Amino acid sequence: MLLVCYTLWYSKYTFGLSSTLRLELDLQTRISNFMQRIVIIGNGISGVTAARHLRKLGKDPITIISEETPHFFSRTALMYVYMGHMKFEHTKPYEDSFWVKNRIDLVQDRVEEIDYEKKSLTMKSGGQLSYDVLVLALGSKPNKFGWPGQDLKGVQGLYSFQDLELLEANTHKPFATGASKKVHRAVIVGGGLIGVELAEMLLTRGIEVTFLVRENRFWGNVLPLEEGEMVRRHLIQHHVDLQLETELKEILSDENGRAKAVVTSKGETIECQVVGLTAGVSPNIEFLKETALETQRGIMVNEYLETNHPDVYAIGDCVQFSTPPPGRRAIEQVWYTGRMMGEVVAQNISGKKQKYAPGFWFNSAKFFDIEYQTYGNVAANPVEGEMNFYWEEKGGMIGVRLVFAADNHKLIGINTFGIRMRHELIDRWLREGQTVEYVLQHLRNANFDPEFYRTFEAEIVKEFNSAMNANVVLAKKSWKQILNLTK
Amino acid sequence: MKTLNIIRQSGLYIFLLALVLFTGSIWIGNYQISQEVMETYVAEKGIQSELFLESVNATVVGKEFTSSWSLHHALDQAVSAANSTHKANGEWGKVIWSKSSEMAFVLGKRGAGGSVFDNKGMWLFLTFGLGILGGLMFILPGIWLLGPAGIKNNNVFFNPATNRGWIGWIAMIWLVLFYCILYFMPHLAMSWTFIVEPVKDVFAPGGASQWFLYGLLYCTVMLVMGIRMIIKYRHSKYHIVRTFSVLFFQIVFAFLLVELLPLFQLPAVDFKNAWPLDYDFLFDWNVLDLLRNEAYGKFGLFVFVWGIFFSLILVPVFVYFFGKRWYCSWVCGCGGLAETLGDPYRQLSDKSVKAWKFERYIVHGVLLFAILMTVWVGYHSYNVLHDAEPNDSQAVLLGISAHDVRSWYSLLIGSIFSGVIGTGFYPTFGNRVWCRFGCPLAAYMGIVQRFKSRFRITTNGGQCISCGNCSTYCEQGIDVRWYAQRGQNIVRASCVGCGVCSSVCPRGVLKLENGPEEGRINDNPILIGNGEAIIRDTIG
Repeated sequence: MLLVCYTLWYSKYTFGLSSTLRLELDLQTRISNFMQRIVIIGNGISGVTAARHLRKLGKDPITIISEETPHFFSRTALMYVYMGHMKFEHTKPYEDSFWVKNRIDLVQDRVEEIDYEKKSLTMKSGGQLSYDVLVLALGSKPNKFGWPGQDLKGVQGLYSFQDLELLEANTHKPFATGASKKVHRAVIVGGGLIGVELAEMLLTRGIEVTFLVRENRFWGNVLPLEEGEMVRRHLIQHHVDLQLETELKEILSDENGRAKAVVTSKGETIECQVVGLTAGVSPNIEFLKETALETQRGIMVNEYLETNHPDVYAIGDCVQFSTPPPGRRAIEQVWYTGRMMGEVVAQNISGKKQKYAPGFWFNSAKFFDIEYQTYGNVAANPVEGEMNFYWEEKGGMIGVRLVFAADNHKLIGINTFGIRMRHELIDRWLREGQTVEYVLQHLRNANFDPEFYRTFEAEIVKEFNSAMNANVVLAKKSWKQILNLTK
Repeated sequence: MKTLNIIRQSGLYIFLLALVLFTGSIWIGNYQISQEVMETYVAEKGIQSELFLESVNATVVGKEFTSSWSLHHALDQAVSAANSTHKANGEWGKVIWSKSSEMAFVLGKRGAGGSVFDNKGMWLFLTFGLGILGGLMFILPGIWLLGPAGIKNNNVFFNPATNRGWIGWIAMIWLVLFYCILYFMPHLAMSWTFIVEPVKDVFAPGGASQWFLYGLLYCTVMLVMGIRMIIKYRHSKYHIVRTFSVLFFQIVFAFLLVELLPLFQLPAVDFKNAWPLDYDFLFDWNVLDLLRNEAYGKFGLFVFVWGIFFSLILVPVFVYFFGKRWYCSWVCGCGGLAETLGDPYRQLSDKSVKAWKFERYIVHGVLLFAILMTVWVGYHSYNVLHDAEPNDSQAVLLGISAHDVRSWYSLLIGSIFSGVIGTGFYPTFGNRVWCRFGCPLAAYMGIVQRFKSRFRITTNGGQCISCGNCSTYCEQGIDVRWYAQRGQNIVRASCVGCGVCSSVCPRGVLKLENGPEEGRINDNPILIGNGEAIIRDTIG
């Protein structure tokens, strides 16, 4: 009976009142003495993961505030919406009813001010919202390095849903030809993951792409030379005009304040109608600068993701660790770290205090048609005390790099291009401190490529044996080892 | 590039021309039924109604009909007028049970004339020939135009042919009408059967039925679209191998053998067709034919035993080892069409939880219906085999006639669901509408796959970025991402193992594989990378 009353009451207010007011009423009736109002700012992967895990762990009222979109979507999938692989609704990992069912309140608004003493938030809409626990999951924003012309029309980064809308406005519709094709060339500045994605996106609309990269290879601060070279070859195969060791000097404006060309550090002027700024991202914390919250490049947190204010936590892209976890950087802005911090902060808020312990680094990406995975640490440039073994298939589109300690040969990291590997198994090998010889011997177990794919383990081992003067013998595939079965 | 685009464009126009000619051939032809043809037909069918004879002699025989529907109309009038009188008078022996459309088809084919009838070879070239040519001209330039091998889904949701746009709706209407003609208005398909007669003559002269037309068209479409499939997924050996496999089983088992076996006085059997998809296996005429037809020798018995062994032993055993994909994506004809002709539409399946609920009710409902129907027809066939004298009570079990049960099943499931809806809805609701919602064999194998199988789609640790490509391109409407983002393996009854989720994943998260049952269903997912301490004991 109670449930029925509640449902009727709830549905009445859901449809009848403004979201903030509804929320206040809702919270007041639902909160009991031992419950705490948890407010999460940001509905990206970190904020949403925190909310989901908090809901699993307890019954506290949870509110997520975001101005960007009403519902959580996968930021990494925006490119597929532009390319027509998916519709925007496909990027939403949960059906809209999920949030109601799990009693996670969603508010589309922007927080302008935080009063840490009164524990209250001031919204752009003018509303106020109080909290007991606040989680800041603010994400990041594209870097701009003070280039002349960086704020012209037609110049943009690619991070948010609004950036996608802007890109749609800045470029023409799919299949456009002749006069309706308004963009003929785009210049992308900054050779990283978002840059290569933007290049792939623009090419699907028939836009030629010039790609300016400061380093001597693509993604030079992450990829070793050979891998960077492989991606370069592949970009050329896709007709990307890749210009290495070239920086942006200036963006030139036409009479309407719209970008019409860029000038590069090599003195070349390239006519273009769109400029993509993809030189990395930085924590999106403008409105928190100079407030009582301690920030540097990001919001400063300890290993429990706590800020300098009690009951205020920060997670995801906007975070900077005062003491980074072992082997990790102070700011790590990838999907997986956001997700993991969301999981940890939920534990901490629920009183199960846990340190953020992300374990071994892993990441993956796709450069046009080449898939990339990395596990452990693979440095971009040779490191003292480490050894490298790099194997590349003859076609130059598939490669594997193993990094290991020079003294005891323990595996440090692995890069794979065009071959998929089993995350769980490699993570276990890294944890167990297995040697590179052991890893190669059992490499068949790590293969995660689809069935019938050509396999390269024998070739890799053979080349390793001859290069390192070793005698690794390739073992058969063992399900027992893959699944870590004891039987 | 420019030349290739011109070839592609021209191919499209040539294909459309072939399609227009094929469709338009319905309007071509005239029909004159002689006294002799009519008498032969009446004798063949054992028609007793003198009213019918009188009527057709006045309105049909010797008259010139300029369309198949005017012929059908005249016959239909004669049949219904005669039947209503006979029924009113209680003269049940004189009632004509043949469908007037079937009658028009048989009679019309014997008295046909006109351009298509006179120039079968030319029309074969103008329809099938140009269709294949145009199709290949459209498809083959993809080798160069699509760029380096890899996933090619650009603009899928911007194209009205593939985003449930106006082209999709037109294609759907065309397909639905095609199936309605095939199943319910065969007289309209007379010209089509003339077109394929030069091919039929290679096997056995004497006219092609609408089912020969359908078989040939099916194989042709699968072959051309199979080539498209292989070009599109040429980076993936898994898709190449399974496309060859479905083409082989369709062309050799479902078409060639079925045409060739009767030439050796053997039954026309599709050996790979398993019950309950092969729903007429226990129908009395099939059982009698296999077990009582002297001409077959021991072969008939072999086919009968094979059918039972295949459906009840081999199918589940193979599902245990490989998942139901071994059938649905490697062998099955329906699956074969879905994976070739249907590939451009796989993204249109409904992924909602609601659709999943609906699917479970309806597909298992069809399985139940198929089982009950089989019990009834099995009971009937058993009686027919064992009683020397045929009688009416042989078919009745618990007061319900096996004839009724099987004709309802044939109409509702065999024709409407699997054909009209199952394939007709490809361009608007996705390519596996039948396989997902209707196929009783899929439901049966699904139960095995869910509870006792080595097959799973393994999720690769914590690498999922929730992008949604896997769910979007799942033809079975499985929300693959729901599992992948939790680090959980995908073990679902409906998965046909097409492998496209694994292909479209940009992060290498999914792998179809057969492995030990232990650890197959991991209900307590551990997302890697977050120390072990946290997730293991608290997050379920």
